[in-house]
Amino acid sequence: MNAHATKQGGGGAGLLSLLARIRPALNFITALAVTFLGLLAITFFIGRVIPIDPVISVVGERAPREVYEAARKAMGLDKPLIEQFLIYLWQVLHGDLGYSLLTSHPVLEDIKRVVPATFELATVATILGVLTGVPAGVIAAVKAGRWPDHIIRVLGLIGYSVPVFWLGLMGLLLFYGKLGWVSGPGRLDIFYDGVVPQVTGMILIDSLLAGDWGIFKNAVSHIILPAAMLGYYSLAYISRMTRSFMIEQLGQEYITTARVKGMSERRVIWKHALGNVMVPLITVIALSYAALLEGSVLTETVFAWPGLGFYITTALMSADMSAVLGGTIVVGMVFVGLNLFSDFLYRFFDPRAKL
Amino acid sequence: MLKQIFYGAASLAALIAAGATGSAAQAGTPADTLVIADKIDDLITLDPAQSFEFSGAEYNLNVYDKLLAFDPKNLGPLVPGLAASWSLADDGVTYTFKMRKGIRFHSGNPVTAKDAAFSLRRAIKLKKTPSFILTQFGFTPENVDKMIRATDDETLVMVTDRPYAPSFVYNCLTATIGSIVDSKLVMEHEKDGDLGNLWLKTHDAGTGAYKLRIWKPNELYALDAAGDYFRGKVAMKHVFVRHIDESSSQRLLLEKGDVDIARKLTPDDIAAIASNKDLKVENDLKGRIMYFSLNQKNKILANPKVRLAMKYLVDYEGMTKSFLRGQYVVHQAFEPLTYLGELKDNPYHLDVAKAKSLLKEAGYPDGFSVKIHVRNAQDRLEIAQSLQNTFGQAGIKAELVVGTGKQTLTVYRARKHDIYMGAWGPDYPDPNTNADTFASNPDNRDEAKLTGKLAWRNAWDIPELTKQTKAAVIERDTAKRAQMYVDIQRKVQKDGPFAIMFQKIIQSAMRKNVNGFVTGGAISNAHYWTVTK
Repeated sequence: MNAHATKQGGGGAGLLSLLARIRPALNFITALAVTFLGLLAITFFIGRVIPIDPVISVVGERAPREVYEAARKAMGLDKPLIEQFLIYLWQVLHGDLGYSLLTSHPVLEDIKRVVPATFELATVATILGVLTGVPAGVIAAVKAGRWPDHIIRVLGLIGYSVPVFWLGLMGLLLFYGKLGWVSGPGRLDIFYDGVVPQVTGMILIDSLLAGDWGIFKNAVSHIILPAAMLGYYSLAYISRMTRSFMIEQLGQEYITTARVKGMSERRVIWKHALGNVMVPLITVIALSYAALLEGSVLTETVFAWPGLGFYITTALMSADMSAVLGGTIVVGMVFVGLNLFSDFLYRFFDPRAKL
Repeated sequence: MLKQIFYGAASLAALIAAGATGSAAQAGTPADTLVIADKIDDLITLDPAQSFEFSGAEYNLNVYDKLLAFDPKNLGPLVPGLAASWSLADDGVTYTFKMRKGIRFHSGNPVTAKDAAFSLRRAIKLKKTPSFILTQFGFTPENVDKMIRATDDETLVMVTDRPYAPSFVYNCLTATIGSIVDSKLVMEHEKDGDLGNLWLKTHDAGTGAYKLRIWKPNELYALDAAGDYFRGKVAMKHVFVRHIDESSSQRLLLEKGDVDIARKLTPDDIAAIASNKDLKVENDLKGRIMYFSLNQKNKILANPKVRLAMKYLVDYEGMTKSFLRGQYVVHQAFEPLTYLGELKDNPYHLDVAKAKSLLKEAGYPDGFSVKIHVRNAQDRLEIAQSLQNTFGQAGIKAELVVGTGKQTLTVYRARKHDIYMGAWGPDYPDPNTNADTFASNPDNRDEAKLTGKLAWRNAWDIPELTKQTKAAVIERDTAKRAQMYVDIQRKVQKDGPFAIMFQKIIQSAMRKNVNGFVTGGAISNAHYWTVTK
C-alpha cells in the first residue's frame, strides 16, 4: 500500500514535469485552435450575410420553386446559422471539407489540385524576388544617394505601381507573342497534361521525379513569365526593406570597428551587416511569400493559372462557402506555418532568441 | 545556414534557367487534335439530368446522344439519334420509339430501350432544375415508371398526360436532359438513393462521339474519340477545351497557333485579328434575346401609346453598327430567328418625332421620369446608356439603376422596377419556351409569384394571349402551330410591354485550317465530331 503510494507520488511528479515541458506546446495548440476557430467563424458568417444566394448558384434563377426549396434543404440552409456552423465544424474535425457547389468535386480534392499550382508559382517567384531583391537592396544601401540607388528605386517604384494585369499582358505579348522565348498561358502545353504521375502536384518537381526532362523544360517555359512578374513585385518590396535595414546597420559602431581593423569592405557588407539584417528580412520575405500565395488572382487570370486565389475568388462570388472555407483553412495554415518557420529561423540567426 | 539557403535557392534558379533555354513553345497543334480556348467556369456538373449551363450543354452534346437530334449540317428537321424511328399513335398521347441497333456505351454496355426509359425516369425523379422540360408533359416521380417504359430492348413507349403538339414533345427530347445514360454503369455508382448523381457529376456514361478523359473545373476538359460513331466520321481524335478567362490571352494563344479556336474574344480582339491571314472568324446566330420591358404597375408605362412610343425611341441600327457591331443583329420578336414560328419583321426604328406625337396623344407631351434597372455588364450598360440618350430626345428622363445580376433580378422578380433592361435565352429548342414566358400569365396577382414568366414579372394581364399560347402547345399540325406563334408574336410586338431589340451573334475565331466547326445556331451547340483540320 505504502509502496504503491510512493510510486504514485513519483508518477505525479513525473507528470508535472512532463506537463511543464509540454506546456508551451499545449499553449501553442490552444492558440492555434482558437485562431482557426475564429478564422472559420468570421469567414463563415461573412459568407452567409453577403447578399448572394448560394442556392441560386446551384439551381439557376429559373428553377421552379420546389426545386429551389429542395436544394436549399439539401444544402442545410434551412437550419439556423449557428447550427449550420456547428455542423460544418464537426465535419471539418472529421476531415470532411464538403463538396464544392461549383466544381462538384470534394473541396479537399480541389485544394489538392489548386494549392500546388499556387505554391509552385509563389515559390519560384519568391526565389527570383529574393535572389534579385536582396542584392539590389544591399547595393542601394551601400551606394545610397548615388545613381545605382536611384535606378533601383525607380525600378522598385515601377514594380509597386504598374498594375500586374497590364504588366502580365505586356509580358505575354512581348516574350510569348513577339519573341517566342516562353510558352503561353497555362501550366503546361496542353498535350503534356496528365503525362507525369502526380506526386506533389508541383509539375516542376513531379517531372524531375519522373525523370522527364522534356516536361520539366516545358513547365519552366510556362512558369518563368508569371513567376518573373510576381517576383518583380517581391523584388520591389524586398529591395526597399533590405535597403533600409542595411542603411541602419551600416551606421552602427561595429561596422566602423570592423573597417578600422582592416576587414575587407565586401566582408563587412555581405557578412557582418547583411548577417545582422537577416532576422527582420526573413519576416519580410515570409510575409511577401504568404501574400503571393493568396493574392495573385490577377496574375492567375491573365496566365490561366489554376491556383488558389482564383479558386477562392470564384467560390466567394457564388457563395460556395465550403470551397471558400476550405481555401481559408489553407491560407490560415500557410500563415501559421510561415510564422513558425520564421520563428525557427530567428532562433537560428539571432542567438538572443535562444535565451 | 544563410549560405545554405542562398545556395539552395540559387541552384534551383540555375536548374530553372537550364530548363528555360531552348524551351520556347512549339507552334501548332497536332493534326488529329482540336484545342479550344473558351470560358468554361460555368460548368458545374456533367450530369445531363442536372446540367443547365451553356458549357454543360456543349459538353453533353459531344459526350451523350439523345433519342432525336439536330443535324449539325442542316439545323432544320430532326434526325434519328439513338432512336432509329418514332411515331405517335392516334390517341395523341402514346409515343413509340424504336431504338437503333448495335450501339454501345463508352463502357461497352449495349444501348437498349431500358437505358432510354431509365434515363428519362431518372431525370424526372432527380427533380433537378431542368426537369421541368420533361415534367410539363405530365410526368411525375410517382407516375413516370408507368408513363415511360421499355416494352422490350428495342421499344420505348412514352405516354403524355394529354395530347401535345408532337413537335413540342420531340423538340424537348433534344434538350440536354433528354440524354441517354448507361443505366448499368450509373446504378453501379448509386449512393444513398441518388441515382448515381454524385458520381455522374464528374464522370461520363454516354454514347457520344467523345468520351471524357479528364475534367479539371475552371481549367480544362479533355475528350478522346470514343471509336466508331454512328452519326459520322470523327476526324479529331482528341479535343481539349481550356478555360482562358482573358480575351487577350485567348487571342495570343490563337495567333501563336497554340489553340485552334478561340471562342470568347471581345469585339476589339476580333477586329484586331481581321487582317491576320492565318485566321478566320465565323459568325453564328444564338438564341439569346436582348430586350427591355415596361412594368405595367407603373401607370404611365401601362398606357398603350406610351408603350408604343418607347419602341420608337431605340436606335436599333445605330447600336448594331457601332458598339454592338458583330455581336447582335436587330430582331424585334420574342422567338429567336431559326426557331419554329420565327417572325422576321422589324417594324420599329428610331423615330423621335413619331414617339413625341404618341406621347402627346397619351397626355405626356413633356415626357416623364423613369428608372432603368440594368446589371453591370459592359454591353448592357452601353445599350442602357443609348436608351437613356434616345429617351431623352423625347423628354423622357431615364435614370440608370446599375446593380449586380442578382440585385437587378431581385428587383425584377419582385415587380418593383419601372423598366428592366436585360437578356433572355431559351431553355429548350421549342418555341413554347419563350412564348410561355413572354406571352403567358395565368395569374397576375402578386401572391401568384409566377417569377419564371416575364409577362407576370411585368404585371401584364393577358388572359387571351395566355389561352392562345396554351393552344399552340397542343396543335398537332406543325405548319399551323408555327403560324400560331407568328400571330402571338405580332400581338406582343404591337402591343406588349416588351421592346425586343436584338438577337445574339457569337463569333468564333479560328485558324484557317479548321473546317466544319458548327456552333449549332440558336437551337443547338458546338459539335466537335464534324471538325476537320
